[in-house]
Amino acid sequence: MQSKGIQIENMRKRYGAGDTAVDALKGVNMQVNPGEVVGLIGPSGSGKSTLLKCLGAVIEPSAGSMTLGGEIIYQDGWIINDLRALRRDKIGFVFQAPYLIPFLDVTDNVALLPMLAGYSNRESRQRAVELLEALDVGHRASAMPSQLSGGEQQRVSIARALVNRPPVILADEPTAPLDSERALAVIRILNQMAGQFDTAIIVVTHDEKIIPTFKRIYHIRDGVTHEEVGEARPIN
Amino acid sequence: MISLAGRDVVHAWGKFVFTGVGLGLLIGVTLTMAGVYRGMVDDARVLLNNSSADLWVVQKDTLGPYAEASSLNDDVYRSILGMEGVARAANVTYLTMQVRQRSRDVRAMVVGIVSGEPGAPANLIAGRQITRNHYEAVADVASGFKLGQLIRIRRNDYHVVGLTRRMVSSGGDPMIFIPLKDAQEAQFLKDNDAIINQRNRTSINPAFNQQSVLDAVLDSQTSNPYVNAVLVQIRPGYSAEQVAQPIRQWKRLQIYTRVQMEQILVAKLIATSSRQIAMFLVILAIVSAAIVAFIIYTLTMGKIREIAVLKLIGTRNRTIASMIMQQAVGLGVIGFFVGKVAATLWAPLFPKYVLLLPGDAVRGLMITAVICVLASMLAIRAALRVDPAEAIGG
Repeated sequence: MQSKGIQIENMRKRYGAGDTAVDALKGVNMQVNPGEVVGLIGPSGSGKSTLLKCLGAVIEPSAGSMTLGGEIIYQDGWIINDLRALRRDKIGFVFQAPYLIPFLDVTDNVALLPMLAGYSNRESRQRAVELLEALDVGHRASAMPSQLSGGEQQRVSIARALVNRPPVILADEPTAPLDSERALAVIRILNQMAGQFDTAIIVVTHDEKIIPTFKRIYHIRDGVTHEEVGEARPIN
Repeated sequence: MISLAGRDVVHAWGKFVFTGVGLGLLIGVTLTMAGVYRGMVDDARVLLNNSSADLWVVQKDTLGPYAEASSLNDDVYRSILGMEGVARAANVTYLTMQVRQRSRDVRAMVVGIVSGEPGAPANLIAGRQITRNHYEAVADVASGFKLGQLIRIRRNDYHVVGLTRRMVSSGGDPMIFIPLKDAQEAQFLKDNDAIINQRNRTSINPAFNQQSVLDAVLDSQTSNPYVNAVLVQIRPGYSAEQVAQPIRQWKRLQIYTRVQMEQILVAKLIATSSRQIAMFLVILAIVSAAIVAFIIYTLTMGKIREIAVLKLIGTRNRTIASMIMQQAVGLGVIGFFVGKVAATLWAPLFPKYVLLLPGDAVRGLMITAVICVLASMLAIRAALRVDPAEAIGG
């Protein structure tokens, strides 16, 4: 039986061809279960970004398989045709910078995704407001992104990632611009949301402050992952 | 679905409004240029309307009094009056010249008329018609002359006794009506030295060595029995061509109907000017398109990261393309209304008549929209080429 969450097996990615070919991923295996938050760490050039782009269905892997929410989406080639809809409905993104749409208020930044998925404006906004309340930024629902603090912006971007209830969220250095306190707060929120929405969350990070908070960490080096399981440090 | 374009415009309204105002001034110039052309055509039609003629009888093989020199004997109108279908016929002269009022010079078309006959101003806005045979004038208000003022045409002073409106030549110069005899004299009046010299030369010519012959020759040299055209009104029940044909055949004169005269004025007299304006309009349209394209491209390039995020989270290409296109059209609409208002405000300040037609405004709006849509293509192409991976670092 295929697991929910996300599972990748022997994923490879080669850039170029012939003598100039570069193998960015050389057989990556990874499994993240629903409700789990795992860390993905590695030095620059190790293949983190390539792996993230493959997981995010932004670039096509060269080989391997990927299962998302119990559905095989890649098996030595994309099985799903509409990658745009896949990203919209099944994958949430949290970026290093929040990258909120500057001309939409907080509610519409979050509600945009369900609207794109075909939900009515009313229902989309209702879902957005509920999530914003859950993430403790409900009181800023009508503010513009430029009026929010960095921490508030990151919480809004988490709400945007969660609003379509995707089985997986990819967080690319989500705590990089934040101080320790806010960084830990973001990780606490991600853990909380993973449990609440049964979502698998992969956090790519260099941030030494938050690495100890992961129970499972994937180290990536030279395009190969190594799993490390330990005791997660409790987040205060 | 919310309007991304609308939200962006509201968010950065200052940028859009100021850009739209800049574009609007350019559109205003374009609309004004179209208005200048329309004004020229209207001036030509007004000239014909104001003459209240159905037929223009002019010198053979000429294009008539407005397009080129035409000279007819001033007794031709008598024989025309006797032709079938002719109700009224009157001599008329046209001469564009400088008219002085104290130290001020006004370029005007001086029209020699027979009061109450075709060619005389039909409606006055102040004063009265010319009632004396000499030294009275009716002037168009565009000349700036006032009732009761004395104006100087050549060596004679004229009292302004009446004022008209929109009585202009095809070149837009205001008309000044004076009695026909005065106008005939003004057309060929030489200075005193020239007259004396000519008299001396004539008197020493042995061919004229007889007092009666000499007097007759001198008299003919100082009088002018010519006019530029005869304006004809036809009787009810006759067509213009029906009346024109026998005059053409028996009098060996050139005769034009109103349609033909309009054709001469619009297609020949202002043809070069209208081509000039058309070229200017084409250049302005290209410049406007380039400006809109540049502005929209720059605005889009400033949103590359947001566009990458939108694409990453699943926004369709057509939604992004529509956002850019709507903004371009929005910019065009702002620009158009600013341009329309600007053109309406500054048109009366132009020295020549600028006619802004609602039809031209509608056409201008449609052309602006088309230009904006085309101009947005470059930005749309750039936006659609944005890789959603750009939103993911590394």
